[in-house]
Amino acid sequence: MKSETSKKSLKSFKRFGIFAALPLAVFALVLIVPFLRGIFLTFTNWDGFEFDSFVGLDNYVLSVQDEAFWSAMTMTFGYVIASLILVNLVGFGLALLVTIPMRAANVYRTFFFVPNLIGGVILGLIWQFIFGEALPSISKAFSLPIFNDNWLLSPTTAFWAMVIVTVWQMGGYMMIIYVTGLMSIEKDVLEAAIIDGASALRTLLSIKIPLMASAFTISMFLTIRNSFMAYDLNLALTGGGPYRTTELISLHVFKEAFGFGNFATGQSQAVMMFLVIAAAALTQVVLSKRAEVQR
Amino acid sequence: MKKSRNIRRGFAIGGGILAAIYAFPFFLVLLNSFKEKRDIRNNPLSPPQDWLFSNYLEAAERMEYFQSLTNSIVVTITSVAAIIVTSSMLAYYLARTKNKFSSATFLILVASMIVPFQALMIPFVGLFGDFGMLNSRTALVFFYVGFGVALSTFLYHGFISNIPYELDEAAAMDGASDFMIFRRIIFPMLSPVTATVAIVNGLWIWNDFLLPSLVLTQDLRTLPLRTYVFYGTYTSDYGLAMAGLVLSVAPIVLFYFVMQKQIISGVSAGAVK
Repeated sequence: MKSETSKKSLKSFKRFGIFAALPLAVFALVLIVPFLRGIFLTFTNWDGFEFDSFVGLDNYVLSVQDEAFWSAMTMTFGYVIASLILVNLVGFGLALLVTIPMRAANVYRTFFFVPNLIGGVILGLIWQFIFGEALPSISKAFSLPIFNDNWLLSPTTAFWAMVIVTVWQMGGYMMIIYVTGLMSIEKDVLEAAIIDGASALRTLLSIKIPLMASAFTISMFLTIRNSFMAYDLNLALTGGGPYRTTELISLHVFKEAFGFGNFATGQSQAVMMFLVIAAAALTQVVLSKRAEVQR
Repeated sequence: MKKSRNIRRGFAIGGGILAAIYAFPFFLVLLNSFKEKRDIRNNPLSPPQDWLFSNYLEAAERMEYFQSLTNSIVVTITSVAAIIVTSSMLAYYLARTKNKFSSATFLILVASMIVPFQALMIPFVGLFGDFGMLNSRTALVFFYVGFGVALSTFLYHGFISNIPYELDEAAAMDGASDFMIFRRIIFPMLSPVTATVAIVNGLWIWNDFLLPSLVLTQDLRTLPLRTYVFYGTYTSDYGLAMAGLVLSVAPIVLFYFVMQKQIISGVSAGAVK
């Protein structure tokens, strides 16, 4: 009896060794260890190489006193909210458009998705040229005053430039998710609505949207997460400029640590960023799930 | 009936205009990549006065295009393959082992997906810099497995849970070892998820900037890194910079036009789960 159990545990140990040990070791080493060590280091006077004493909450106090940190946080919240609304409106609108039965729908879908294939850095560089060079020339030629000046050179327009590019990039991705949602609605339900004489708008609001609520949950979750973490586009399009006014939190943390060498405060700000993202994402998922259940 | 046809035509035209607006930035970059700087300054919308293909040759040479392209391809393919192997095996283990350890592990994997790379990149660089593991392609692949394994395991796990356990038992009865059961029976059944995992991770790794920018220097740089450096150096020489951007975007866009269906379905499956 005893040898039976030990044989069994040997077997399960072997299974663990074959299938799980390596992936879990890599996962722990690459993700868990730096993450936990990162939290630990915020309570020390770490200078990027070593530390010799614990400083309690000093790094967090310093972080909170850093004005640039707050301005980056504010900027990030504005950016997340603007992206959340516009990306999902555009994504859903595009999804409705490409699910209309028409020959060109597939071609359009292909086009709308393209910006998503390309990384934020390259997109940022492309739009640097568009905002900085192409649009001003075009708008002078056709006398359209809104693009006369380079949008990237003044804080407000530079912010909206980032939002525009984000919407252009992520809209097509959310479109795919919304299309999946729209396709999952059963045809019978829609036919019944049409027979009952429901208008297109009525069908959309009372049937389609409630039946695909989970697509909204997913898309909004992804938009919130992606725009809180945005780094590539920020770096390549505005570089945080003019005068650090469009610096989002990721770029700020990067500069704090690797630019100014404030590793411990940079890391405490990174930890706060993580807490904010986790809280925002959880709140959104809970709220959306509640809305999904209530219908 | 006629009215609805007109409405539909209206949508088709409206969609066409939108698609044109979507493509406009790419069109401008492509058009101006054949021009001289003065020509671009005068009018970015005009066709090139004389087509300067030399921009491409020069850009390819200065951004060491073929080397960076090779770097990107090698890193992406190796990492994706490694992620497929490790996460499918881990998912198989977790889905078939019913104990506290395996459910706790699964929970940690899922929870870890919300941790942004930025939250750990600073200690990450310190840690792996100490090990002398930066600036190596093998190390980069190792890192991608670490960061990619959670989502991919999650995707596989959902699928494997729906494969009846009787299949494993029958094969075990026939004398197949654990690994053989996985390799010969389970893994081939996973191919739809494997496609999703390959596409989701492939797009991420191909376009990733922050991690390789912290890890790689010089000759090992991937395409996005090299393009960024190149653009910064030649910002004022627009024609050349535009040619560089076209070269950088071309591989993935061509790949997309060939594999469009798979990519779109992979992306939606990866997001919706």
